[in-house]
Amino acid sequence: MTDTTTGTGTITHSTRYVGADLPRKEDPALVRGSVVYVDDVQLPGMLHAAVLRSPHAHARIVSIDTSEARALPGVHAVLTGEEALDHIGPLARFCAEEVVEHAIAVGKVRYHGEAVVAVAAESRYVAEDALAKVRVEYEPLPVVTDVVSATAEGAPLVHENLESNVVYHHEFAFGDVEGDFAGAAHIVRRELRWPRATAAPMETNGAVVKYDPATGRMDVWSNTNLLNFGAWVMSATLRVAPHMLNFHPMAVGGSFGSKHFLAKQVAIAGALAKATGCPVKFMEDRADNLLASDAQGPERQHVAELALDADGTFRSLRIRLLDDYGAYFMLAIAGNTNPLSQIVGPYRIRSVSYDVSAVLTNKNQQGVFRGAGADVTNWVLERLVDAAADELGFDPIDLRRRNLIQPDQFPYKIPTGNSYDSGNYPAVLARALELADIDHWRAEQERAREQGRYIGIGIATAQQRSTYYASEFWFHNVGAPAPFTTTAESVRLRIGPTGGVTATLFTPSWGNSQETVTAQLIAAELGVDPAGIAVDLAPTMHGLPSAGPGGSRMTVMLSGAITGAARKLREKIFQIAAHRLEASVDDLELRDGVVSVRGTDSQMTLADIGMQAYWQSVNLPPGMESGLEATFTYDPPFFSLPNDERTDLGNFYPIVGHGCHVVVVEVDPETGQIDFLRYVAVHDHGTVVNPRSLEGQIRGGIAQGIGIALYEQVAYDSVGQNLAGSLDEYVLPGAPDVPRVEIAFVETPSPWTAHGVKGGGEGGRMIAPPAVTRAVEDALLPFGARFDALPIRREDVVELCAGESA
Amino acid sequence: MEAQDSGALELVELRVNGVGRRVGVEPRRLLVDVLREDLGLTGTNVGCSQGVCGSCTVLVDGATVRSCLMLAVQAHGRDVVTVEGLADGAAMHPVQQAFLDAQAQQCGFCTPGFLATAVELVERDTQPSETEIREALAGNVCRCTGYEHIVDAVIRAAEAQAETREAG
Repeated sequence: MTDTTTGTGTITHSTRYVGADLPRKEDPALVRGSVVYVDDVQLPGMLHAAVLRSPHAHARIVSIDTSEARALPGVHAVLTGEEALDHIGPLARFCAEEVVEHAIAVGKVRYHGEAVVAVAAESRYVAEDALAKVRVEYEPLPVVTDVVSATAEGAPLVHENLESNVVYHHEFAFGDVEGDFAGAAHIVRRELRWPRATAAPMETNGAVVKYDPATGRMDVWSNTNLLNFGAWVMSATLRVAPHMLNFHPMAVGGSFGSKHFLAKQVAIAGALAKATGCPVKFMEDRADNLLASDAQGPERQHVAELALDADGTFRSLRIRLLDDYGAYFMLAIAGNTNPLSQIVGPYRIRSVSYDVSAVLTNKNQQGVFRGAGADVTNWVLERLVDAAADELGFDPIDLRRRNLIQPDQFPYKIPTGNSYDSGNYPAVLARALELADIDHWRAEQERAREQGRYIGIGIATAQQRSTYYASEFWFHNVGAPAPFTTTAESVRLRIGPTGGVTATLFTPSWGNSQETVTAQLIAAELGVDPAGIAVDLAPTMHGLPSAGPGGSRMTVMLSGAITGAARKLREKIFQIAAHRLEASVDDLELRDGVVSVRGTDSQMTLADIGMQAYWQSVNLPPGMESGLEATFTYDPPFFSLPNDERTDLGNFYPIVGHGCHVVVVEVDPETGQIDFLRYVAVHDHGTVVNPRSLEGQIRGGIAQGIGIALYEQVAYDSVGQNLAGSLDEYVLPGAPDVPRVEIAFVETPSPWTAHGVKGGGEGGRMIAPPAVTRAVEDALLPFGARFDALPIRREDVVELCAGESA
Repeated sequence: MEAQDSGALELVELRVNGVGRRVGVEPRRLLVDVLREDLGLTGTNVGCSQGVCGSCTVLVDGATVRSCLMLAVQAHGRDVVTVEGLADGAAMHPVQQAFLDAQAQQCGFCTPGFLATAVELVERDTQPSETEIREALAGNVCRCTGYEHIVDAVIRAAEAQAETREAG
């Protein structure tokens, strides 16, 4: 039983909705197969698109002959890049640099798999038949496939209008790095490489576009997250006024950040819809997705250094990195600004240098992948901490514990300027070590070694920032003005004339349980049964401001929006009830859907109140509007602007979760087989709304973290051929590869958010890689193991162990 | 896929979710496309079209089949069950109920394929070990869950199946 005094009556809950493992509202439709994903959308007269892709990594397009393809029965349109320009413009980009990208290549291709021709036909089969009849003559050009060849003197240019393939370079410096390094007793230095990976959601990207030239209106059904943003970001590309673009939010078959934009997929369907006058569906097949999704992850080479005092106190961090951005630069260096929100991890480090070079190569470009680049820096920092422990003879747990930010130091401003809102890192570490029974495993490790078996223990303590502000997308341009300063999220709440509650959201559903948490939060605010609440997604023509999921923000943002809208609704509910019951608002309480006058049997149900509100205006207080509906647009909290010099970036990602993973593995040096013996994850995401749901996201993130540590890589060969064009080659962890994960929560509520919620959607993937890396390394220390690059494949282990006898 | 295939339709008669269906299809068309496009059964999802991910798994004569690798004409005379055919009206199939109870899905895209695989498993073996369950699920990829909740669901479903058999 909890009471909340609102100032306009009291809400009493007989059930604790926030923090309960309520069944997910999304699930019945998912297990019955009645949910509608974009590929399930069928419109009358709809055509199907397919795309011909470049077999070359870099080539000039000499000529394209589409005459045979056009002649094929059932083919409605064939568009080269040049021809598509009659219908669409270049893709929008968030970078200031002149890196121009077209949805279908114009003039030359810059990576293996770039779109060259798009076809719309009566079926996907016929569209692919048509592609087989297109003749393209290419003049191959020299290729740059890594940051070394791309930055060499005289390297071929991916974009000739730029003077160099280094499209961006800046050293961000915060504090007295030189002084802190000069005064250090120890400096630990590692050259660390993070592999190119991709989110590979089970559902590929797609769009169904319908354009009506009579009205100038375009409707887009897509699994993009670019909804409210989409209207104005995509307007210039599609040549449709923003208010005439109607994006329909949908159930999405996984994103992990990779579906933030989908500008190219929407533009291809849009161009074909305009060219044919028919609705067009373009659904990537798996090869389309793996070759050209525009959402590959970072591929970074770092020189990373940590300066320490003699007693192990961290002083300063210096990271210099080359990031292989691929052939285009749509999101600029968002993957490198993001980590600056938590670059020092959970540690007290007083100065930071972060020198980033963004390099263009002949590969599919980077987008967002769960962690958004901060997954990489978590790994880099934890690699340095483990390296320091190894080189200087510290216990890795003691070294971490010594340097953790303390609970009484929050809010804690890190050198970059971002603040951490709250936390209790020592408590998380202690809980993780206790749950994992670390002493037991250290003893087991000793005993196993005596038997010639190799057990390793890996620990990572790391951050998971959440709830971004838009400054992340522009502060890398030093001195530039600040165009965007919010990423708001909205909700519309309605109680109908029979008491039914409807919540309308304006975002796609990514599988992140947003309908479930919406219902739980409404139940907490209004004291109604969450099972009966309807949740709907509204298209942008009916939409309120929304940035959608991403950056682990939705539960925080929905908490704020729902709390705000519910407050407005409650005020009206209490005013109507006070009027009808001839009582003072202060004497009313709302409990389980009934408003009553405290201490009496005088009461009204929400259905009674709804009926008055909608149909009986003579019963309402004088001057009150009919209806019972409220909207609220919530701006993320605790923001501050960067300074002009960018020596203080301000609060741009300040709601910061934390976790500690303890991983125990056994490695077979002869086969390279890695078995997980124990996996414990203790996380602090503030108040947890639905524990089972959050645990599921953490476990799924850990599976992806195991993937990047041991399996996943988008590899390109020396001539730029993508070697991962199918899920046979891009290996995803399967059920036998992923261990059970014991999860516990330490809940330090955020003082800045409604209900004290912090985001948690990315934490599993952001913390697992360093813990898994160290566990394998620790097991193989007798063989001299030192892993500075991922993934650690079985053949790497076998090779290492064959070369070194333990 | 050659253009000359277009137009030459073959009559395929099959049972889908207990109902006899007759469809005219090009010989090259895949079962999954006929289920989704011709019969409107969009619960079966296409994840890779390469037979790797298992999202499109359905039951044909009680055995799991990747409907992206089977031609529709090969289903002639056979009995196909898709995710839409698992529940009995409002009553969920025990495997569906177990998936609900365990929160075994997040985005849900792979779920119909996992359900088909799990149904086949628990009908064959009511006491699978966790290792056997994980091996049985190895042909289905889930990118959201890390599998643990799915494994939990299959354990529950197998237990429920065993109780049903004992009671029956």
